[in-house]
Amino acid sequence: MTSPDDSLDTIHALTGEGYKYGFVTDIESDSLPPGLDESTVRFISAKKQEPEWLLEWRLQAFRHWLTMENPDWAKLKVAPIDYQASSYYSAPKEGPKSLDEVDPELLKTYEKLGIPLGERAALAGIAVDAVFDSVSVATTFKSKLNEMGIIFCSFGEAVREHPELVRKYLGSVVPQGDNFFSALNSAVFSDGSFAYIPPGIRCPMELSTYFRINAAKSGQFERTLLICDKGSYVSYLEGCTAPMRDENQLHAAVVELIALEDAEIKYSTVQNWYPGDAQGKGGIYNFVTKRGACRGDRAKISWTQVETGSAITWKYPSCLLEGDGSVGAFYSVAITNNMQQADTGTKMIHLGKNTTSTIISKGISAGRGQNTYRGLVRMQPKAQNARNFTQCDSLLIGDRCGAHTVPYIEVRNPSARCEHEATTSKISDDQMFYCQQRGLSKEDALSLIVNGFCKEVLKELPMEFAVEAQKLLAVSLEGSVG
Amino acid sequence: MLNIKNLHAKITDGREILKGINLDVKPGEVHAIMGPNGSGKSTLASVLAGRPGYEVTEGSVTFDGKDLLPLAADERAREGIFLAFQYPVEIPGVNNMYFLRAALNAVRRHRGQPDLDAGQFLKAVRAKLKELEINDDLLQRGVNVGFSGGEKKRNEIFQMAMLEPKLGLLDETDSGLDIDALRLVSNGINKLRSPSRAMVLITHYQRLLDYIEPDHIHVLSGGKIVMSGDKTLAAELEKRGYAMLDETAA
Repeated sequence: MTSPDDSLDTIHALTGEGYKYGFVTDIESDSLPPGLDESTVRFISAKKQEPEWLLEWRLQAFRHWLTMENPDWAKLKVAPIDYQASSYYSAPKEGPKSLDEVDPELLKTYEKLGIPLGERAALAGIAVDAVFDSVSVATTFKSKLNEMGIIFCSFGEAVREHPELVRKYLGSVVPQGDNFFSALNSAVFSDGSFAYIPPGIRCPMELSTYFRINAAKSGQFERTLLICDKGSYVSYLEGCTAPMRDENQLHAAVVELIALEDAEIKYSTVQNWYPGDAQGKGGIYNFVTKRGACRGDRAKISWTQVETGSAITWKYPSCLLEGDGSVGAFYSVAITNNMQQADTGTKMIHLGKNTTSTIISKGISAGRGQNTYRGLVRMQPKAQNARNFTQCDSLLIGDRCGAHTVPYIEVRNPSARCEHEATTSKISDDQMFYCQQRGLSKEDALSLIVNGFCKEVLKELPMEFAVEAQKLLAVSLEGSVG
Repeated sequence: MLNIKNLHAKITDGREILKGINLDVKPGEVHAIMGPNGSGKSTLASVLAGRPGYEVTEGSVTFDGKDLLPLAADERAREGIFLAFQYPVEIPGVNNMYFLRAALNAVRRHRGQPDLDAGQFLKAVRAKLKELEINDDLLQRGVNVGFSGGEKKRNEIFQMAMLEPKLGLLDETDSGLDIDALRLVSNGINKLRSPSRAMVLITHYQRLLDYIEPDHIHVLSGGKIVMSGDKTLAAELEKRGYAMLDETAA
């Protein structure tokens, strides 16, 4: 049982208020000058008043990172990143004071996406009093979650309030040294989210739906840890359809999911970070490590993502199917327009008997965008009767973009079965003309065809997210047909 | 309603396909345009609908008093021109009903009418199905996806019924149809005849005209209308073949 103090803290953590207070100590401090060495890591940990074990954990990651190389196997052209040039700890910057100061282009996009008026100001970075409505909604839901024993708070708070859970699971799915970016993240992560669903509990709401504003402030090195205990269920939403700009060009988040016996996690992402201008200047580099472990029998994890933003996307949400009969799924829509590059896909590692996985990937390339699907399906020797179905479809708009499919299939058990289907198609002039001849404008016609192409993925998104995602697809492809 | 004067058009490779078409279509009239392969029948339909890939080099087209040629394909559609395609294209993943509702609402907005919500739309759909005596088995499928030839044409006619255009251009709607499908589709077209709506049927064969009686028949050859007449012209053509054009010319 949680004490009243606990629940109060958790309420604060989830409301805008809590978020604000959570940062009070940070705000008072100065930013760190650019540069990264052990003292940077120690500084961050000290600022966050972390326990010794976590500092050690960070340092271990940092030392490992020093021995690693930037990966270069993806089909991405990335200018060299100078890791000493960024600051790894900075106080939040002051945003614009009212909507009048916000870039009108940005406001126009909010309008097109149908983002509620009340949320626009907060998204544009205006001070928090504008978000009263969402805060009260958040509070109501928060107390309900608490009654059910669900923990949902910032990562920093989880370290303070639930160290045993954090210590047990942190790094258990994505070890510090897993890859270059996860090591960097483990060393310098700023904050993030933590959720724990107790045994047998079905989380009654989409976690984080009502916290769009918090999500909008997601840090450069976010860390998410989500644990579903036996027989529990949660649907978790991350990200935001609103375009997000950030001072920091490099983003390297880590997300770890743990589903115990009979538990189910649905993790949905809509990512629309600034992609850079039409010439490819600016834009966020998004190097994310997302992985879930089905640690008990019959556990289920599904990843659904709609990736429309960032200059560079490097992201492979994966499932470790450890428990017998566990189920993994990956549903993805990735759009690259103008000069965007995406190398994204998944890994399905079948370890247990009768494990199944499904991969549906829809890549859309327009402008001079480059879109690569890279996926690994591995059937380990003990994965008796494991099955995988993979479908990769690519859609090309125009004649200067590219689509690539790189599937890796490794089968080490003779009873396992893998199916792989792939198609590449182009939006034809005939399809466009047909739609226009029925009265649809060029933009509506394109959006209709693209949404049709992505339908199998979009239907996996929670309802309200799906509606926004549909609009987002249209907005992302604006101007891609002449 | 539709006035075509001395219309010349070429395709992207520079070949001139239409070489001076003159045609006058009044509300309520049904015109059939016949002619041998390669005479420019389908090009005429494409040019009128605003399909990309054709360039009008001379002449004029007015529709309801408006100059049609500067308008984009979707604007022409919203003005009330409907093209029933010879080869309707598949749009995977897009539900037929959803597509039609999007199209209908686009047209309605242009006419200054409010959008139909899902319930109102369904009601309108049911009424039209009943009127045309066709069943609803195609509605929940992807637009033209996996449709047989007959189903595609039936779907085109159903779309025309829902969108209620002023002018229907039917491009070889009879091609590829067996006799039952032809009867069904013709029956639908006949039901859509009205004093305020004109239709232009483009057909290669006379057999469509056994089911739909046109007010005027034109014969297109070498990019020009070389002969016009009433419905008896079709019978004569059937009897003597397009070779009669040469005899007449000679």
